[in-house]
Amino acid sequence: MKFTQAGYRFKLGLAAAAAAFALVAGPAVAQQPIKIGAFLSVTGGAAFLGDPEQKTLELYVGKINDAGGVLGRKLQLVAYDSAGDAEKARTFAKRLIEQDKVDVIVGGSTTGETMAVVPLVEAAQIPFISLAGAVVIIEPVKKWVFKTPHTDRMACEKIFVDMQARKLSKIALISGNGGFDKSMRAQCLGVAKKYGIDVIADETYGDKDTDMTAQLTKIKNTAGVQAVLNAGFGAGPAIVTKNYRQIAISVPLYQSHGVASKAFIKLAGAAAEGVRLPAAALLIADNLPASDPQRSVVVNYEKEYESHFKSDVSTFGGHAYDGLMIAVDAIKKAGGTDKAKVRDAIEATHGYMGTGGLVNMSATDHLGLDLTAFRMLEVKGGDWTLVK
Amino acid sequence: MLARLASPRTGGLLALAVVIALLPLALSNKYFYDVAILVGLNAIVCIGLNLLIGYAGQISLGHAGFFGLGAYGSAVLASRYGWPPLAALLATTGAVAMLAYVVGRPILRLRGHYLAMATLGLGIIIFMIISTEDKFTGGPDGISVVPFSVAGFALQGERVWYWVVGALLLVAVWLGLNLIESPTGRALRALHSSEVGAEVVGINAAEHKLMVFVVSAVFASVAGSLAAHYSGFVTPSKVTFLHSIELVTMVVFGGLASTFGAVVGAVVLTTLPQLLAAFEDYEMMVFGAVMIGTMIFLPRGVVPSLARLLRPRRAGGAAGKDSLA
Amino acid sequence: MSAQFMQYLLTGITVGAIYALVALGFSIIFNASDVINFAQGEFVMIGGMATMSLIAAGLPYGLAIPLAVAAAALVGLALEKFAVEPARGASVVTLIIITIGASIFLRGLATLVWDKNLHAVRPFTGDAPIAIAGATILPQSLWVIGVTLAIVLALSWFFGRTLLGKAMLATSHNRLAAQLVGINVRMVLFMSFGLSAALGAVAGILIAPITTTSYDVGVMLGLKGFAAAILGGLGSGLGAVVGGIVLGVAETMSAGYVSSAYKDAIAFVIMLAVLFFLPSGLFGKRGGDRV
Repeated sequence: MKFTQAGYRFKLGLAAAAAAFALVAGPAVAQQPIKIGAFLSVTGGAAFLGDPEQKTLELYVGKINDAGGVLGRKLQLVAYDSAGDAEKARTFAKRLIEQDKVDVIVGGSTTGETMAVVPLVEAAQIPFISLAGAVVIIEPVKKWVFKTPHTDRMACEKIFVDMQARKLSKIALISGNGGFDKSMRAQCLGVAKKYGIDVIADETYGDKDTDMTAQLTKIKNTAGVQAVLNAGFGAGPAIVTKNYRQIAISVPLYQSHGVASKAFIKLAGAAAEGVRLPAAALLIADNLPASDPQRSVVVNYEKEYESHFKSDVSTFGGHAYDGLMIAVDAIKKAGGTDKAKVRDAIEATHGYMGTGGLVNMSATDHLGLDLTAFRMLEVKGGDWTLVK
Repeated sequence: MLARLASPRTGGLLALAVVIALLPLALSNKYFYDVAILVGLNAIVCIGLNLLIGYAGQISLGHAGFFGLGAYGSAVLASRYGWPPLAALLATTGAVAMLAYVVGRPILRLRGHYLAMATLGLGIIIFMIISTEDKFTGGPDGISVVPFSVAGFALQGERVWYWVVGALLLVAVWLGLNLIESPTGRALRALHSSEVGAEVVGINAAEHKLMVFVVSAVFASVAGSLAAHYSGFVTPSKVTFLHSIELVTMVVFGGLASTFGAVVGAVVLTTLPQLLAAFEDYEMMVFGAVMIGTMIFLPRGVVPSLARLLRPRRAGGAAGKDSLA
Repeated sequence: MSAQFMQYLLTGITVGAIYALVALGFSIIFNASDVINFAQGEFVMIGGMATMSLIAAGLPYGLAIPLAVAAAALVGLALEKFAVEPARGASVVTLIIITIGASIFLRGLATLVWDKNLHAVRPFTGDAPIAIAGATILPQSLWVIGVTLAIVLALSWFFGRTLLGKAMLATSHNRLAAQLVGINVRMVLFMSFGLSAALGAVAGILIAPITTTSYDVGVMLGLKGFAAAILGGLGSGLGAVVGGIVLGVAETMSAGYVSSAYKDAIAFVIMLAVLFFLPSGLFGKRGGDRV
């Protein structure tokens, strides 16, 4: 697995150098590869996001090329590791645009990195599909910026809808101090009233903290708490879940889509039983009914990813898959790599069934997903199951 | 006249000016300009840090904190409160200088490891405050920053910024060299060799150390403010312990007690990650190995070690610190 | 309220015990060599990660733990041999950069040997919480506290009764005098790195079932262990332990009663306060400067 990655990268490095020379020499454009640029957090605190994203992009660029490429041209992936650092992301994005001269960018694992790159992309007028979560990426809509993952606001809404169905209205919020956590917490506080939810306790922890019993004890001792929502990402939620059971809080626990993975269950162990969260159907691919329109896409992706990389599929990798496919479809529809035409084609994406859900974009909606794209899942018997 | 040219001060400054003027011939696109600008900004911080570490013999593992305060101060005042960027820059620099003055007094009473840990703690606390107070600072996701404009003229685009940063770098080097040759500089070097000895001769160690600390904080803060306006965006990732380490490594690698060494260090260690981009899996290991290797094999840093090799032996005196620029 | 207080106290002591082990590692190396080993946190990481992969490979705890500790000790010895020894007599700044460089190097190596993901480790004896005075504590926490106590006792026996231990203690008091009476100071330095690494690894193994482990788990733990060592007084074993516990309890108490947002900052605020007002810490040697 590691060798394949190194092989890809080495080949890509050589190919990138060769392509750069070719461009400088200035021959006819016809059979040059289509360059997909990417900057991802493969190392650092968001490696959980960037690593499966990069693997997915490499895998599918290879598969598309094996099947003949796009419009008779090969795809070429130029990917850099921004390590979760917005400054590095900005420099690499500049490198992709100016030096590598890519045709479209799929990347930006975290919101911070994405937002740092937005001005560059708007100025350079190159289509950019972000793989980060916060709603601020597409609201307000920016002409050249799109995204594939569900927004944190949608996650809050999906959770609140489920809480309403269970007649839970007074809740406690606990979140970490990372960007994802803070953004989701703000969104949840913002939409709570709309769903009749009253947040009566609000605790925070440090992303690297090893113990949250202090905060959870405060929540346990707050009268009237009917449910707890952990708007978290990374290592924190697993520890929160374990501490939650340790001090025997009995009310329902909701996690965020940031930990929608089998890894979370492995980390939290038996404590994860009964935890609910909103997630893309990818997580329960095999358990979807045959009639589910998303079933074939997610099952195929899961099979390919798991057989190739021998590790559990990840919803973040799924977002990268969607981003790549939407970009490739748009290039096909636009008949070439003219950036403005590709942008228009991306914006006109309609009826695309991805791992994240059904995508219908428009001039005012550069995400294209609605609440049905999220499924409410619950941990039962050590695995994810669909609720209702 | 030729002798003056050969002196580190005028000769070196002239050489640097020539390099800055001619470099654009080698920079074929905006990405290269971008790297050059980042190098320049890092170099400005390193020159200040070098005064503290190399000449005054102190240490700071928290200088990214001052850089970050400069960046965020400018960002918040200019973007959130609508101040004119120049005013924001000056106000921020003043505030950081005051903070350095106030915090510097107790911190600089410490020596060696304790000083290192104190500056480390300071840097981390600054990082945590910036990261946590998201109402002002946008938290971990940061905030966008308006472009730098003076009297209606906005600094936009890599080429414009390159010349601005290049000019400021020359000013910084000139300031650094001047400081070293001045009585204050000589006092600092005396301090470095023996603090107690210097005090015996009548040098007020505490005052001088504090002054250098504030000056180095100011260099970092100005560079930070400019970086914020240039990038158009700030996040706390520039304020981390790791960034402080990178800065110290640049100074030590390039050459302690060598202003030009600081510039060289900034050049090498800013471009290294760009060159290693294809080997991202190994980047951390290589960086760590470079740090260890330099300290073991070139403990005085690159520039002084090279200077030693090239300089003819002097009769009756070691090529000591004061013969290096 | 007192059940809440009990919960904070128990949690604080558990976390504090880990800080104490890390701080002990710092103190031992500092005593032998005046070097602050910034890579101490990485030994914690190696302990946890190595145990995790050995167990995943099918070994029982009884084998995995000693092997992981031995692996960390080897890394510690290698660090001393290849990074610290060649720079003998170098300035404080140089040594600091070397150990920081080592910690970055080890972290990079860890991402290659293992990966960048989080990993869970099975607790030693299950995870059914135990109730004490209205609060709950995990069985693993009892292991943490118990083993730390055992180690502290073992170390005081080691330093007080064995020849090697007494040699190390002598070296820390006065290196020249120790050399003069025939103690191989280089060997002492060498062994102290190995011992510190082993201590760090044990801390990592103890805490991994509670907190999950990953390649960068050592960073924060290392820094907080520092703060604990400074609080207790660099170079004092008792100080390290007391500093660790006090820090752990202070953290959880302030998170519980004041504000949880700045919990991480507590360690550094305490450290700065100690450095400003009581630089030698609670139990450190109040030394004078030689001119």
